[in-house]
Amino acid sequence: MTNSELKQKANEVRKGIVTSVHSAKAGHPGGSLSAADMFTFLYFEEMNIDPKNPKMEGRDRFVLSKGHTAPGLYSVLANRGYFPVEDLTTLRKLGSYLQGHPCMQETPGVDMSSGSLGQGVSAAVGMALAAKLDKKDYRVYTLLGDGEIQEGQVWEASMFAGAHKLNNLCVIVDNNGLQIDGKIEDVCCPYPIDKKFEAFNFNVINIDGHDFDQIRKALADARACTDKPTAVIMKTTKGKGVSFMENNAGWHGKAPNDEEYATAMADLAAIDAQLKEGN
Amino acid sequence: MGDKIATRESYGNALVACAEDFPNLVVLDADLAGATKTGTFKKAYPDRHIDCGIAECNMTGIAAGLATCGKIPFVSSFAMFAAGRNFEQVRNSIGYPHLNVKIGATHAGITVGEDGATHQCNEDIALMRTIPGMTVIVPSDDIEAKAAVRAALEMNGPVYLRFGRAAVPVINDNPDYRFEIGKGVKLKDGNDVTIIATGICVDSALNAASILEEKGIKADVINIHTIKPLDEKIVIESAKKTGKVFTVEEHSVIGGLGSAVCDCLSANAPTKVVKIGMNDCFGESGPAAALVAKYGLDGEGVAKTILANI
Repeated sequence: MTNSELKQKANEVRKGIVTSVHSAKAGHPGGSLSAADMFTFLYFEEMNIDPKNPKMEGRDRFVLSKGHTAPGLYSVLANRGYFPVEDLTTLRKLGSYLQGHPCMQETPGVDMSSGSLGQGVSAAVGMALAAKLDKKDYRVYTLLGDGEIQEGQVWEASMFAGAHKLNNLCVIVDNNGLQIDGKIEDVCCPYPIDKKFEAFNFNVINIDGHDFDQIRKALADARACTDKPTAVIMKTTKGKGVSFMENNAGWHGKAPNDEEYATAMADLAAIDAQLKEGN
Repeated sequence: MGDKIATRESYGNALVACAEDFPNLVVLDADLAGATKTGTFKKAYPDRHIDCGIAECNMTGIAAGLATCGKIPFVSSFAMFAAGRNFEQVRNSIGYPHLNVKIGATHAGITVGEDGATHQCNEDIALMRTIPGMTVIVPSDDIEAKAAVRAALEMNGPVYLRFGRAAVPVINDNPDYRFEIGKGVKLKDGNDVTIIATGICVDSALNAASILEEKGIKADVINIHTIKPLDEKIVIESAKKTGKVFTVEEHSVIGGLGSAVCDCLSANAPTKVVKIGMNDCFGESGPAAALVAKYGLDGEGVAKTILANI
């Protein structure tokens, strides 16, 4: 896909995020929107997957360690064809297969249940280890929040991945700079994030998480790395694409009301128009 | 009765014995392979043993990830860490997705001995049995421990197996013995009292029954090796017959075998139940046998409690 096509897809993914969270009257739009470009690249470009065969043997795996951004994962899965986009409005509702946090038994395309922070990355390490044990060449991607890395288990998992040279593992940190209680550096500063992963024997790549050229190159470099797991630290804007949500910690876990929803969708429609003009 | 052997030894031996039949079996440790006896497996199958270092929560998550890719991981550590430290990892990363991970928890209960209270886990059965879909097995001796490991591998889904550090007598060496998950074993028939025991306390229950017999009291003795799912039929039948039930376990009286039996009987056949176990207290350092005696979990202690309550 061209960058222009990817941008359009990412905008559709963002619409799905905003629509599902609005419909649920709850959920986590901020960190879903910040990661929407990465979600889009992973599912439309990077990963070896088949929406018609979600459990395809030898597929690449994805674990959403920051499981609260399930609206982002669900939206990209729906847009990629795993299930109907219309179903996104069932998010968090009784009887829906789109649970508040990812559930691998309910949702096609979800490779691991997650949501309790710090745990998904360990499961991703286990998947990468399974590939090594079975001498298979699938890759494993996991997305973490920058607040999430305050959890000690993240560093247990990283120490193991570095020690075992799991070069088939790609850890992505969504560095949008905000967590529930405020700026990450004010709550409990995790910086420098890149130096920490370097110290745990990772191949570390810093990028702008909204630049598809940089995303493409980072993930290609990760694939090319033969002796280390890769950590992609991506600088992003929390709430990206929706004017009033951008860089506002208050939109970490809050749904837009009807009026706000209309504004959000108008913002995303304006991005659509811009993208079309650019073509 | 055969020689004494610790069920952790049986665990290590059983893993080796099952390795060829279950090619997807892998064993994970957190720097305790020597103590959990999985070192036996590590020696025989080094490529299928993964030492995760001293990081039990990560080990549990790795096991979950391995299971999603078709492996059957056995996670090994002391009960204190495998169930205690790890509780939420077991619940959310293994229990909720109902993954095919087996947890081999050794050094359970006070028979850890000299290491003392920090390492004597008397709460693990309570923690594990609250997780939906979790099977909880507490073998009583070498024969049962080995059978339990194989049975756990044969079933799909998470299983918690509890093993001990101290050598215990072999009590199931009879030709009729067969192990089935969820099926209690009647060891003695009697009409006066019911003694339901699990793990190493099954031997204490048998000894207590002998002491009671000398005093003319005949006990039904039931070995409940599977705490969950509980064999309700055998419990209800015996309770209805004797009307007096005693449970014996090397575990807190809160949440363990005793509680499981009470849950069952209060709903099906209300019966007075006396729970013999750790009475809402921590253990302490000392030789295993001395601790078992001090806390009233040996045959004499169990008999004494029964006599005081009938």
